Amino acid sequence: MDDKIFSKEEWEKALEGLKDSHRIFVPVKEGDYHTFARLSEENRPDFDFQNTRLSPKSLILPQSERMFDYSLDEKSEEAHILKEATKESSPQVIVGLRPCDALAIQLVNINFDNPEYRDPWWVRGIESTTSVGLGCNEPCATCFCSSTGGGPFNEKGLDVLLYDLGDNFFVRSLSPKGESLLEKVQGGKSADGSAKEEAEKLSASALEKITSKVPTDQLRGKNVNALFDAPFWDEVAFSCINCGTCTYLCPTCWCFDIQDEVLGKEGDRLRNWDSCMFPLFTYHGSGHNPREKKVQRVRQRFMHKLKYYVDKYETGVACVGCGRCVQHCPVNIDIREVFELANGL
Amino acid sequence: MENPYLPYPVRIKEIITETEDRNLKTFHFEFIHPEDEEKFVYTPGQFAELSVAGQGEIPIGIASSPTEKGSVMFTVNRVGAVTTYLHNMKPGETMGIRGPLGNWYPWEEMEGKNVVIIGGGFAFTTLRSSIIYMIQPENRSKFKDITVVYGARSPGMLLYREELTQWEQRDDIDMHITVDATEDPDWKYNVGFVPTITEEKITSADNAVALVCGPPIMIKFTQPVLEKLGFPPEKIILSLEMRMKCGIGICGRCNIGDQYVCKEGPVFSLAQLKELPQEY
Repeated sequence: MDDKIFSKEEWEKALEGLKDSHRIFVPVKEGDYHTFARLSEENRPDFDFQNTRLSPKSLILPQSERMFDYSLDEKSEEAHILKEATKESSPQVIVGLRPCDALAIQLVNINFDNPEYRDPWWVRGIESTTSVGLGCNEPCATCFCSSTGGGPFNEKGLDVLLYDLGDNFFVRSLSPKGESLLEKVQGGKSADGSAKEEAEKLSASALEKITSKVPTDQLRGKNVNALFDAPFWDEVAFSCINCGTCTYLCPTCWCFDIQDEVLGKEGDRLRNWDSCMFPLFTYHGSGHNPREKKVQRVRQRFMHKLKYYVDKYETGVACVGCGRCVQHCPVNIDIREVFELANGL
Repeated sequence: MENPYLPYPVRIKEIITETEDRNLKTFHFEFIHPEDEEKFVYTPGQFAELSVAGQGEIPIGIASSPTEKGSVMFTVNRVGAVTTYLHNMKPGETMGIRGPLGNWYPWEEMEGKNVVIIGGGFAFTTLRSSIIYMIQPENRSKFKDITVVYGARSPGMLLYREELTQWEQRDDIDMHITVDATEDPDWKYNVGFVPTITEEKITSADNAVALVCGPPIMIKFTQPVLEKLGFPPEKIILSLEMRMKCGIGICGRCNIGDQYVCKEGPVFSLAQLKELPQEY
């Protein structure tokens, strides 16, 4: 499909036109930050942002998700037997996610959809989602995506990529899903050569604006136990307050807990986001806890992203360089410094 | 798409209180749908999630042997919310089991070898499964000598006492039952900690594989005994415990390094564990 040009008004109208057949999620300004919300009368898209504070991961892996429901009513023949909870699975479109966040979904996918087990809710979430990315004209000072296998206009994991050309969006389809979405969209015109040139320039200049760089490809060859036993973990963990903000914001953090909740005679089994920063995460029934100390939990978080994931899947690091954990950590722990420490070992 | 989180519905067939402190009970479950039993194909060493609607799930080693048809068996220590609830359930009640999960003892590698089984306390469950499996007439000839060292704090804390007595009487299995201490004048077995009895009774590591399950303190002191006997780390097989939720390597909490204990484990050789961070 040819690249297209939409005026921003046209694009917003085009999204409105999809609303009946799709659940459309767009960046919406909420207080000082942007967040993804379902397009509606109240939730108007605002594409003027650097990145949303929360990644869009909750649109595939909700912070709290019903897995099963059941009855505890002894009169029911089905009492105590779990049934898969019914869930809306109509097609959804995430519009305006950044390339780093799209790449993150790809990195996490390997965990939820693998040759041995397929997580049904995740797989259905991925299948029903079309990702319309928005390239980053102005990366943040904390962004280092070009060091982690991505870039401000990286196309991995996206079905469509938008280039913000000021008054217009340059719209490029990247996959069959993207094509089928754009076929349903009203308006726009074919992009001419000059628009393409402008888009390419934008992409190149954005890449140049990323000044924060850290090598992330040196960790595969390192010995896992040497890194694990490295002396710097105490220093890295010293100021950490185990608040879990990093795991909450991180687009590649996927850990979850499973809990039952009962109201009257009806119950649900839910999964909720969890965090390796919390001691309960690994606390055995016996009282033993393999990660009872803060330094062990901090080390786990970084070792997972920098080393365990790399070794397990023989791939790159489980970090997309979005910079959220760097920006929002209340005690200024900086994953880029941890990369440097690990590289230096 | 198969949902790997969905338990098979089962009915509690029988509950047996195993120990004098009443903290360990054995549950026999039968599948409500016969086709589920056919799908639940397991190998000794694996575990399953026991699922109680409204309470949650717990990962427990399978104590029955796949050769025992008609039901599956688990021995559960009462420690937390789900296990306490389970201990108060009654035969006939409906719950769920999800699995089988994880890997198993290296049965192919163990064929043609002497098998040394070392267990302590309530960590004897998958070892019971293994013993029952090996002593079946169709399997017994696959293995050479079978030697078992099994210990508990006191005689009343031993699991499966009737079976222990039966095995004791067999001539194709060399049993060494022990307790840490006892005041019972009629106690006719050993008194002493598992590592000590292992050192006394196991004489050779030749052509042998050791399966070791027990509390961390027992494993810690048994390991050097086995190494002194000449067991290389590849032939010392351990089954680990870890807090688990999903049981299928997805939810992220039970890792040791890049290995999920629920999926790549729970069975690891000591050689494998030496390559991993010491965090378990």
